[in-house]
Amino acid sequence: MKKYTDTGKKDTRSGFGDGLTELGKKNKDVVALCADLTGSLKMDEFKENHPERFFQVGIAEANMIGMAAGMTIGGKIPFTGTFANFSTGRVYDQIRQSVAYSGKNVKICASHAGLTLGEDGATHQILEDIGLMKMLPGMTVINTCDYNQTKAATIAIADFEGPVYLRFGRPKVANFTPADQNFQIGKAVQLQEGTDVTIVATGHLVWEALEAAKTLNENGVTADVINIHTIKPLDAEAIIKSVKKTGCVVTAEEHNFLGGLGESVARLLSTQHPAPQEFIATQDTFGESGTPEQLMDKYGLNAAAIVNAVTKVTARK
Amino acid sequence: MADYKALEDLVIQVRRDILRQVHKVNSGHPGGSLGCAEFFVALYNELMERNDDFTMDGKNEDLFFLSNGHISPVFYSVLARSGYFPVEELNTFRLLNSRLQGHPTTHEGLPGIRIASGSLGQGISASIGAALTKKLNKDTHLVYTLCGDGELQEGQNWEAIMYAAGNKVDNLIVSVDLNGQQIDGSTDHVLPMGNVKAKFEAFGWDVMDIEKGNDLKAIISGMKKAKEKTGNGKPVCVLLHTVMGNGVDFMMHTHAWHGKAPNDQQLEDALSQNPVTLGDY
Ligand SMILES: Cc1ncc(C[n+]2csc(CCOP(=O)(O)OP(=O)(O)O)c2C)c(N)n1
Ligand SMILES: [Mg+2]
Repeated sequence: MKKYTDTGKKDTRSGFGDGLTELGKKNKDVVALCADLTGSLKMDEFKENHPERFFQVGIAEANMIGMAAGMTIGGKIPFTGTFANFSTGRVYDQIRQSVAYSGKNVKICASHAGLTLGEDGATHQILEDIGLMKMLPGMTVINTCDYNQTKAATIAIADFEGPVYLRFGRPKVANFTPADQNFQIGKAVQLQEGTDVTIVATGHLVWEALEAAKTLNENGVTADVINIHTIKPLDAEAIIKSVKKTGCVVTAEEHNFLGGLGESVARLLSTQHPAPQEFIATQDTFGESGTPEQLMDKYGLNAAAIVNAVTKVTARK
Repeated sequence: MADYKALEDLVIQVRRDILRQVHKVNSGHPGGSLGCAEFFVALYNELMERNDDFTMDGKNEDLFFLSNGHISPVFYSVLARSGYFPVEELNTFRLLNSRLQGHPTTHEGLPGIRIASGSLGQGISASIGAALTKKLNKDTHLVYTLCGDGELQEGQNWEAIMYAAGNKVDNLIVSVDLNGQQIDGSTDHVLPMGNVKAKFEAFGWDVMDIEKGNDLKAIISGMKKAKEKTGNGKPVCVLLHTVMGNGVDFMMHTHAWHGKAPNDQQLEDALSQNPVTLGDY
């Protein structure tokens, strides 16, 4: 088994902030917009370095998305920053018409996604955003797993032409992917090799999948662990190749099972290589207040839950 | 005539409740909550006509909607101390499996709450809906709403503000917590809103100021005047000039405590400025 070391817990939103800072220095066309959450999104440094390229729009997300769409006309690359809920559900039609349908090069950067937002509770914990965004034609959907990957993804999407939804989180989590990684949009990252089951995970669940694989290994079960940072376009080749070998799959995400990564994988497999699948995801419910760990435990989004799902799915082969 | 001593005591106890709730879970929003303590105490004790039993429909009583849901600590404290649920339940604020969610919600069935809020800018619309239903039901009671000043930057408010005036929703009193602060700084710094009073007036509202928004007497007399303005074909807006973090010296006049909990030492300091009156939960 490959070994992965947590080099020290860091929040993925800081990866976004640091990536944006770097982009600010190397790409003059990058502009940033924020809706009264500059500190939470870690956009302070970009703002200080480039006040003329930073736009504080106030608590007005719909206007922010519309402005960002307009700023692409003439060649700017706008990065918008607010919580995931206010980045998607709040402004869905603005994104749909002004960004996606109009084919604008806007990078919608969304922090505090999912349950791990914690104590603020369900009004702020969106578990539907991946679904909302992946349903939009032409939208690229990325959900990164740690600080390093979020930083790399932030930098990479500036060079990609087209609308992108970049989803990340609030809490400090294990930082284990390489600092110098070459982030390739749409390319799955194989983290472990195994033969008994494929675990396809995204976001905060990737580390949990690695932890689960360790436990499974101790029990003689070997898993392919695939980090799907890009949910759309999905790396069909990597997933099918793995499932052809293992014969079953567990998907894991901090999102509702309706509309998430799991459904994308199920659609792919059902048309190309049907196989038993189990879903680690929330079960069509809203979240609630609590600490991130308590919530991930209560809603079954952790390594232990993945291990159980593997037991179930391998029995169904 | 209101018993001001009793109300003042209640305000101090509410401040303690706010501080202790956010301190315990190291999260939540003390600044805006403290700034609105007097308003909530006046509203629930002197202004609203309320039935004893909570029902979702709230027929034949006044209704209140909190649009700026992040100031839930003050809302929960005043609801509990008005008998909607046990005061001890304040101990569960923001904990797993609690009815006292980070932002107010109907989802867990907490008495006193009629709609979820937290995502800003939606409360005036809901209040207009409830006010229209009161009219359809021939219920002459009023609908009260509180929203933040930064919150008014959300466009939906202005859709609602336009609707209410254009359609003579005159059984509605919207108070604005005009503390001049939001998350990233002062409202003037984040997004200058110009003359809020003139804006409401231009949209056709009857607007009045309560300059001393942290003074019980001023709030009660001001809100009574606002009440008299209802029923005259215009919705009523009250600009409540408050101080964010009011009652705790180091939290006042700054956005720094918008969404930050005090540490142990700061809590002790803050509580010593507000000694127990009615008893802690
Ligand atoms: C739609 C939406 N956008 C952003 C936020 C994040 N947010 C919570 S409170 C707040 C500032 C609100 O300012 P104001 O209404 O003046 O309240 P105060 O800070 O005075 O309590 C923001 C931006 C939110 N809750 N909802
Ligand atoms: Mg304010």
